Amino acid sequence: MTRKRWAALILVVTLLLTTFSVTGCGKAAAPKVIKIAVAGPMQFIQGQHHWLGAQMAAEEINKAGGVTVGNKKYNIELVQVDTNELLSVDDAASAVEKAITVNKVNAIIGTIRSEASMAIQEVAMDNKTIMMVCGASLPQMAEKVGKDYNRYKYWFRVTPVNATYLVKASMLLLNHVGGVFRKELGIQKPKVAAIIEKAVAGDPLAAAAAKLIPTFGMEFVGVWRPSPTATDLTAELTAIRKAGAQIIYTYFSATAGVPYAKQWGELQIPAASVGINVEAQAKGFMQATGNKGNYEYTLNTYAPVQITPKTLPFYEEFTKRAGQFPTYNAGTYDAIYIYKEAIERAKSLDPEAVVPELEKTNYLSAAGKIVFNKNHDVTWGPGYVTALGTQWQDGKLVAVWPNGWEGITYPGTVDYKLPPWVVSQWKKK
Amino acid sequence: MLTDILITTLINASVYAMLATGFSLIFGVARIINLAHTAFYMLAGYFIFSFTTVLGLGLLPAMLLSIALVVVIAVLSYRILIDPMREHEAAVLIITVALAMVFQELMLVFYGGHFRSVPQLVSGYVTVLGVRVSSQYVVTIGALVAILAAVWLVLMKTRLGLAIRATAQDREIANVMGMDVSLISTVTMAIASAQAAAAGALVAPLFILEPRMWLYPLTIVLAIVVLGGIGSLKGSIIASAIIALSETLVTFLLPSGAFLKGAFSLGVMIVVLLIRPEGLFGVSFEGER
Repeated sequence: MTRKRWAALILVVTLLLTTFSVTGCGKAAAPKVIKIAVAGPMQFIQGQHHWLGAQMAAEEINKAGGVTVGNKKYNIELVQVDTNELLSVDDAASAVEKAITVNKVNAIIGTIRSEASMAIQEVAMDNKTIMMVCGASLPQMAEKVGKDYNRYKYWFRVTPVNATYLVKASMLLLNHVGGVFRKELGIQKPKVAAIIEKAVAGDPLAAAAAKLIPTFGMEFVGVWRPSPTATDLTAELTAIRKAGAQIIYTYFSATAGVPYAKQWGELQIPAASVGINVEAQAKGFMQATGNKGNYEYTLNTYAPVQITPKTLPFYEEFTKRAGQFPTYNAGTYDAIYIYKEAIERAKSLDPEAVVPELEKTNYLSAAGKIVFNKNHDVTWGPGYVTALGTQWQDGKLVAVWPNGWEGITYPGTVDYKLPPWVVSQWKKK
Repeated sequence: MLTDILITTLINASVYAMLATGFSLIFGVARIINLAHTAFYMLAGYFIFSFTTVLGLGLLPAMLLSIALVVVIAVLSYRILIDPMREHEAAVLIITVALAMVFQELMLVFYGGHFRSVPQLVSGYVTVLGVRVSSQYVVTIGALVAILAAVWLVLMKTRLGLAIRATAQDREIANVMGMDVSLISTVTMAIASAQAAAAGALVAPLFILEPRMWLYPLTIVLAIVVLGGIGSLKGSIIASAIIALSETLVTFLLPSGAFLKGAFSLGVMIVVLLIRPEGLFGVSFEGER
C-alpha cells in the first residue's frame, strides 16, 4: 500500500472508533432511570440505615423489571447524599440542593435530625421535588402542608410516627410497665421520674410527662433534662434514685442514651427504664453499653415479629446484609416502594401527577399499613402503624408491646420483664 | 442529699483533675495552650478499643500499649508541628485545634460515627455512705491519686523535675544556664500526654467512644485551668472540685435545667475571674511578663 492509502485507512479506522465510542454502538441502549437521592448522615448509623434500606428496595425493584411508567420501563438509580446533619445543619441543605440541581434527582428520601430536615424541606419545596422523610419526627413539618398546601404538598413522612404520636405510644409503654408493677410487685401507685434530653423534639414530651403521668395513677417525682450529648449521667441517676423513683420514663434521640443505659445498669438503679432510647434500637447497643443495657425498654419500629407478612423477610434480610437491626431510618425501604407504586398509578414522573397518587397510598409495609393523613403524615393507631415496644432480654432484642393493646398482639411478641434488681428492691416493700 | 452531692462531686472532680493537670503542666513548662490535649484522651480510648476487640489483647496490656502509642504521637506532633511555631502563640492555638480536628476526622473515617465501648477494669458498684458508686470510678480516683503523686515525685524529687520547674519558672534563664529547654519541653509533653492517655484509659470505660468525645472535656478543662490559674497544678485540682460541685448542684437542685450544668460551671468561672483575673492560684499576667 502506498503511504496515502495507509493514511486513509488509519483515518477511517479512527473515525469508526470515534463514532462507536460516542454512540455506544454495539451495546444495548441504557435503560431509563429514576434518580432518588438518599439523604442522611452517612458516617453514622442513621444514614447507613437510610442507604441500606433504599438499596434493598432498589435492587429488588430493578431485578423484578423496574418501574413501569406508562409503557416505558425505568430502573431506580440511587444517589447517596451525605448530609452530615448530625454535625452540621448547613451541610444538609446544601448537599440536598446539589443533588436536586446537579444530579437532577426525582425525589429525596431520608433525613433524621428535625432541624436539618426542616431546612431540607424548604430546599425540596423550592424545587418542587418530592421528599419522603424517614427519620425526623417534628409535627411542624407536616403542619406546613396543611397551612400552605400548594408549596408543601411534595412533602411526606414515612417513618417514624410524628412526635405527638410518639408521646402517646411511649406513654402506653409507660402504662404497660406501671401495670406490671401493680400486678407483680403490688405497688399501686409507682413513682415515676422522667429523663428527657434537652432537644426540640423532647420539649412536648417533658410537658406531657408532667401533665399525663399523674392521670395514669402514678406519682410524678420530677423531670431531668440532660444535654443530648452528655457523656456522664451518674449525677442525674443518683438524683433520680434519691427521689425514690421506681420507673424512669426516658427520651434519648442521640448519644446520651448509651451512657445513660450503661450507667443505669452498672449502678443497678432500682427503677425500670422505659420510653424512647433510639440507640437501644441498634444491634450494637449491648456492646456499646458493655452489656449493661439489658432490660432497657424502648419504642421501636422494627423487631423480629410479624407486624405484616413483609416484616420478618425485611428484618432478616436487612440484618443479614448490614449485620445490624433495622432502625426506623431503614423505612427508606418502604418509601421507595410507596413512591414506585404512586409513579405507576400516575403513569408519570411529574411531581404534580405523582403527589395525588401518593396521597392515595394504602400500602402494607414492613412496619404496618401506611396511609398518609391530610398533612401527608403517616397515620398512627390500631390498623395502621402502631410502632412497637422492644426490650433487651438476655442480650436479645425482643418485642414486648403491643401485647393485647386494642386487641393487637403481633406473632412473636413476648412478655415484658422487670430488671431483677428492681424486683429485689421493691418486692419486699 | 448532701452526701449524694459530695460523693458525686468527688467522682466528677477526679476525672476533671486527671485531664486538667496534664494540660496545666505543658502550659506551665512550654507555654503551650494545647487544645489537642483531650484529643489524646480520645485517641487512647480508641486504641484500647482496637487492641482489645480487633487484636484480642488483654485490657491491661492494651492500656499500656495505648498510652505508649499516644505519647509517641504527641511527641512527634510536638516536635514536627508545635515546637517550630512555639513563639507564635496564635499559630500554636490554631495548629493544636487543627490537630484535634484531624484526629476526630480520622476516627470518623476508621471507626464511623458508631458508639463504641471499652471494657472496664472492674465492673459493678460499691455503696459509699448510701450512694452507689461505679467500681471503675473508685479505680479512677485511686489511679488519679497515684498518678498525681508520681508526677509530684518526678517534679519535686528528681533532677528532671528540677529542670522542668526551672524551665517553667524562666525559660530564658534556664536556657542561659545550659539546659536543653527544647528537650525538657518534649519530655514534659510526653508526661502531659501520658496523663491525658491515662485519663482516656481509665475514663473511657465509663463513658462511650465517639469521634467528638474530646470537645466537651476540652471546654471543661479550659474552664478549670483558667479558674485555677493557668499553669498551676494545685489550682487545677481545686478548680476541678469547684466545677464538679457546680455541675452536681445544678443536677440535684435544678433537675429540669440539668443541661445547663456546663453553662453554669462556665458562669462560675467568669464570676471568679471578674474578682481575681489571674485565677485562684495563678500569677497575674502583667507580673509574669
